[in-house]
This record gives sequence, C-alpha cells and structure tokens, in this order.
Amino acid sequence: MYRNLTIKQKQIVWAWAFLAIPVVFYSVIRFYPTGNAILISFQNWNLLGDRTWAGLDNYIKLFNDPVFWKVFANTFIYLLLGTPISLVISFVIAYHLDQLRFMHGFLRMLYFLPFMTSAVAMAWVWRWFYQPVPTGLFNNMLANLGIGQIEFLNSTTNALPAVLAPAVWAGLGFQIIIFMAGLRAIPKSYYEAARIDGVGWWTILWEITLPLLKPTIVFIVVFSSIGFLRIFDHVFNMTTNNPGGPLNATKPLVLMIYESAFTKFDMGYAAAQTVVLFLVLLVVSLLQLRILRDK
Amino acid sequence: MAVVEEIRPTSEALLGTKPPRKPANMGQIIRWLLLFIGGIVMVMPIAYMISTSLKWPHEVYNVNLIPEEPTIENYTYVLEDGRFYAWFLNSIVIATVTTICNILFDSLVGYTLCKFRFPGRYIIFIAILSTLMIPTEMLVIPWYLMSQQFGWLDTYWGIMFPGLMTAFGTFLMKQFFETVPDDFIEAARIDGLNELQIWWTVAMPLVKPALAALAIFVFLGNWTAFIWPLIVTNSVEMYTLPVGLSSFGDEADVAWELIMTGAAISTIPTLVVFLIFQRFIIRGVVMAGLKG
Repeated sequence: MYRNLTIKQKQIVWAWAFLAIPVVFYSVIRFYPTGNAILISFQNWNLLGDRTWAGLDNYIKLFNDPVFWKVFANTFIYLLLGTPISLVISFVIAYHLDQLRFMHGFLRMLYFLPFMTSAVAMAWVWRWFYQPVPTGLFNNMLANLGIGQIEFLNSTTNALPAVLAPAVWAGLGFQIIIFMAGLRAIPKSYYEAARIDGVGWWTILWEITLPLLKPTIVFIVVFSSIGFLRIFDHVFNMTTNNPGGPLNATKPLVLMIYESAFTKFDMGYAAAQTVVLFLVLLVVSLLQLRILRDK
Repeated sequence: MAVVEEIRPTSEALLGTKPPRKPANMGQIIRWLLLFIGGIVMVMPIAYMISTSLKWPHEVYNVNLIPEEPTIENYTYVLEDGRFYAWFLNSIVIATVTTICNILFDSLVGYTLCKFRFPGRYIIFIAILSTLMIPTEMLVIPWYLMSQQFGWLDTYWGIMFPGLMTAFGTFLMKQFFETVPDDFIEAARIDGLNELQIWWTVAMPLVKPALAALAIFVFLGNWTAFIWPLIVTNSVEMYTLPVGLSSFGDEADVAWELIMTGAAISTIPTLVVFLIFQRFIIRGVVMAGLKG
C-alpha cells in the first residue's frame, strides 16, 4: 500500500510517523497538565479527599491573604533589583572586555565560571559567607578590619538582597557572553565613520553602540526578568530553617506555591497561585517587549 | 521569539571572531587590571568552596584562601558515607538519559517541522511554541498527581519524564536544520535512502555543533535541576545531588567543611567539562542564546 503513494503522500506519512511520539508527549506532559492546573485552581482538594468544586474561592482567598501580597511584592523586588543591576554590571564588563585582547579568553572564563555552578551548591557557599562570627566569611573579614557586624540572612531588610546576590552573580556570565556577541555584531564601519567625524566615546556609546544593541538588550531583559520572577532555588536553600523567612521577608511566589502544595497540601490554592504566576510572567514579558521595541 | 529573529542575521559574523588589536597604553592596562580584579572576585565563591573542602575542621573559620595543611580527608569521609555516591550516580544517569532523549527527539521534531510539508505542520509548530510560555511551576502539581496515580513517585522515570523533550531544543534544532540544503536531502532520496536514514546519516552530521550546544544545555539544566526532583523524590537514595545537598537543611548543626565538600563534588564536574570545552561551550551559549 505504501508503494502506491505519491512522493508527497509518503512525506506526509513519514512526517506524522516522526511526530507521533512527540505529539503524545506534548499532549500528555504539557497541554493536559496546563489545563489540569487551571481546573484544580477552581477546586478544593487536599490530595487525599475528593476534588470538590470551589468556584473562585481560591482566588478570593488569595487576594485577601496578606502573605500573598507580601510575597507578590517580594517577587517584584527581586525583579526590579535583579534585572537592572545584572544588566548594568554585565554590560559594563562586556563593553570593556570586548576592547581587550590580552588574556581575553582567560578573563572571559573567570566571569563565565559561576554560570556553570549549581544554585543549591552555591547557595550553601553564600550562606556560609553570610553567617555571623565565628563562622561567616564576610563577618570575619569585617571583624578583622575592626568594623561592626552585619546581619545578613537574619535581618528582614538585608535578607532579600543577600539572597538575590548569588542569583545575580550566577547569571552574569551568560549575560556578558550575550552582550559581547551583540557588540561584535555591530559593523566596524559605524565606529570608523564616527571617529573620522571626531565624535567622543561617550557619544559613540549612546548614539551608536546602545541603539544598535537594542535587540540584545531586549533579549537579556526579558530572559533575566523571567528568571528573577521565578526565583526559588537560592531562596529555598539559603533560608532552609524557615523557608522564605525571616517573617516572609525573602519569600517569592514560587516558594509560596511550593509550600501551599507540598507542605500544606492545599492543591487548589497552590494551583490558583500558579495561574497568577503564569499571568504575571505573560504580562511582564509582553509589556517589556512592547516598551523596549517601540522606542 | 520575535526578538531572536532580529538578532539572527548578524549572529553568524561574530562567532569565534577575535576582538580588535589595540596598542597597549595606560588606559588599557588599568582597564585590564580592573577587569582582572573583577574576575577574581567572581570566582571567589568557587575558590572558597574548594579551599574549605580541603581544610581541617579547626581551620574552617579562618579567612585564608590557601589551607595551611590541605587534606582530602573530607572527600574520603563524604564519599565513604555512600549517600553522596548514590546521589552522584542518580544525577549522572538522569542528566545523561535526558540529554540523549532531547538530542534525538528535539532534532527529529525540529527536522520534521523544517524539511517536511504536510497538513497540520503549522498547528504543531504553534502548539509546541506555545508551551514555551507555560512556566514549569504551573505544571508541577499536575505532574505530581500523575506520578502519584501511575506510581512514578520516587523513580528515575518520575524525575526524568517532564524534561524528555523541550520546546527550546526543538526550535534551536529547527533553526539549524534551515542551514541544511534541500538538495542534499533530495539527492539522498534519489539514492534510495528512506526518510529516517536521511535524517540520521545526512542531516544530523551537518548540525553537530548545534547538537553539542543542545547537549550541554540540557545536561547542565538537569544536573542542577532542583524543584521537580525535590518534589518527586521521597527516599534518600533516590535524591539527585542538588536535592541531597539541600537536605542537610539546618545550618546550626552543619559541619561547613563537609557541606563545602558536597557542594564541590556537585560543582567540580561541570567546571571541569567547561574548562576542557571552553571555546565550544561559549559558542554554544551564543548560538542557543541568539537562536533558541
């Protein structure tokens, strides 16, 4: 039967044969669970009993939950601190590194290494850095210099930046590499023309480099924003005694989801939070794309 | 995705090109020194992790980077414990199998979407593309229920199944198969190869750099994956390295030199791989970042 088909028909048969397993996979492992998560968000369920219809109860509970608003604010603080800081640092490093030849590869390696580490392992290292004397490295250094101690992870004001630092640190290498690729893609003739006209480096940076880097900047902003909005590994592993603590000062949305679902087994409530997370990610990415691309 | 399209045409030119040579002057020297210091600061956490893992307990609270009497006692102790050994093995198995699966399926789907014309092609394309927008965290609850129903909790399959194919990998591969000329495929068809053979023996060898980039990304992603393995594993012997490390939890009764040893054991393999394939991996990051 297969022999009688035209070449075109044979192609269709092959195409669907190749896609059969992936189509099943995407349907069962991606699409069905997405629908199921949305469905569960409208139900009450503690994993053991029956799933009962709850209507909008989970969402109403969420919007009346002071912890949720604290967590929501934290999530955006991670974003609003993390994205600009890592963007500026990685651009400055990439901009200067791009203009150096001597041991270029070695310097690039130093900056990129943290990207290859695991968040859990590095969370432990940073957690050790942050401990009070006699354990923590930072406070030991401060003590050696005769400066007062700083509370990092136990302070409600310092804990969030302290947890954010290793997340920024680990992502810098990736952003630097992407920025350098973007910088190399700018045609040299633009710079030469500007130099002939006697334009200063500051003007070149603002009038040529940055505008031409816009696609790269948009990519890095969107990519790192999604990362910071979904922050979890660093927070969970640096505040294990009291995840998201002290007093929810570091708790991001994903950690609240994890706790609602897997320590309190309130599946409906957790699912409602995941829907909110999805909407937040969607809105933030679309807004950034629109604002950054239109300019 | 649209963002990526804009960058793509220029990305070819920059892979592997060297920065312009400039005469050394005072400004360049200062610039180099500052970047060097910055780079040293960047690797400090890794350096301290390794340094502490080589220290005796009494020296841990010293801030010196070079241990006074280096010892591998901590490594012997941690590995003899057996747990780390099992976690290491679990992580290797899971990351390897997932990587192989992604290499095969992502490239097969990418190839099909790129080189075949068939009804439903556009819908499949959009459907897979749309999964990129769904955060993993939204899926973990349904995945957990699924695993519970089918008895996948606490098994390798349970840890692996969500990542066996990725939309990111599929699009990366689709982009790269665009560079394979249709004439090659046509010629192979005339030579009497079937479509599976054409994909495997003609198209795949032509996109090896992309396959390598994909392999590195998938492997690193699974090696460091945390939230899903944390949810799906219950028993200590099924933990992956990150979950195992995380399980030491409370810092009050932690022996820091042993924790740093564990952290080093889970970090050193990826660092070694990076140091060996450095140029290659950075190329891969650029390719994946700009094309994926």
